[in-house]
Amino acid sequence: MSSTTTAGTTGTIRLGALLKFFVIGVYFGIVLIKGEVISWFRIQEMFHFRSFYMYGVLGSAVAVGVLSVALIKAFNLRAVDGAQIKLAGKPFNRIGNLAGGIIFGFGWALTGACPGPLYALLGAGYWAVLLAVAGALAGTVAYGYLKPSLPH
Amino acid sequence: MIEFLSQSWPWYVTGPLLGLMVPLLLVLGNKQFGVSSSLQHICAATMPLKANYFRYNWRDQAWNLALVAGVIAGAVLAVVLLDGNSAPAITDRAQDLFASWGLAAADSLQPVELFALSNLFSVRTLVALLFGGFLVGFGARYAGGCTSGHAVMGLSLLNLGSLVSVIGFFIGGLLVSHLVVPFIMAL
Repeated sequence: MSSTTTAGTTGTIRLGALLKFFVIGVYFGIVLIKGEVISWFRIQEMFHFRSFYMYGVLGSAVAVGVLSVALIKAFNLRAVDGAQIKLAGKPFNRIGNLAGGIIFGFGWALTGACPGPLYALLGAGYWAVLLAVAGALAGTVAYGYLKPSLPH
Repeated sequence: MIEFLSQSWPWYVTGPLLGLMVPLLLVLGNKQFGVSSSLQHICAATMPLKANYFRYNWRDQAWNLALVAGVIAGAVLAVVLLDGNSAPAITDRAQDLFASWGLAAADSLQPVELFALSNLFSVRTLVALLFGGFLVGFGARYAGGCTSGHAVMGLSLLNLGSLVSVIGFFIGGLLVSHLVVPFIMAL
């Protein structure tokens, strides 16, 4: 790990450049925990339509995101480093998006957690979540090896 | 301030604060919000894997690992300073449902029936957490994103593939939450 190499060099890690992402992550972790969106109870409550809470959270989060992207486009805002902000979406894969999405949904309901919450639950001291993290890494490895033979 | 932050937040506080992840990362880092690609980077960084999917320079994506390290630290802060592990403010109708599944009333974020270490190797916990985690990792990478990358970031870009993925998240989640979870919890 090098922290003093020239900016823009690929293949090295500059810890200083990573600090802001760590701080944004801290903010995200606090919101995930205090917003209770990492709670198994909240996820099952959502899937059983027993509360508006999670739908309100997701809907208003997307609304803020849509508005932010619209403002960036309207005023042609630049990133802090002066570069043009990259707004291209991920490619559309008819089968991958749907089949992968459904499989992810199975796991979301079973664990009551998606990837962000998995990390947050570790920080909250739920060590049993290490099982789910191990499972998620195994699932990632399995996908990596099966990717060439799966329809996308 | 601390007292205010320590209370249960209404949806119209939580949602917009989550949505701010989109402009924060775009403007401060010129990065699109997403979490599940960190799983790929962790595999590429720590395991000797031969598949092409893991043969790239993960160091170029180190920002994503810094983000998830921050999430862990933020969760520690929320629990220690802001009373973050208190019982969620779920509705009475949800309480009744969970009681009908045989669960004790919530006294923290997660049900003891799944997350207590004394239940770690029960069939229920292994199926829900280990197998469920496998599906989360496999599905998120197959779909190319999770609730962060597709539901929040992708929908913010009005991206078609993200919309299809989010529809998939809810098809899968509704099926399993209704047809499988009640039986798992009774194991």
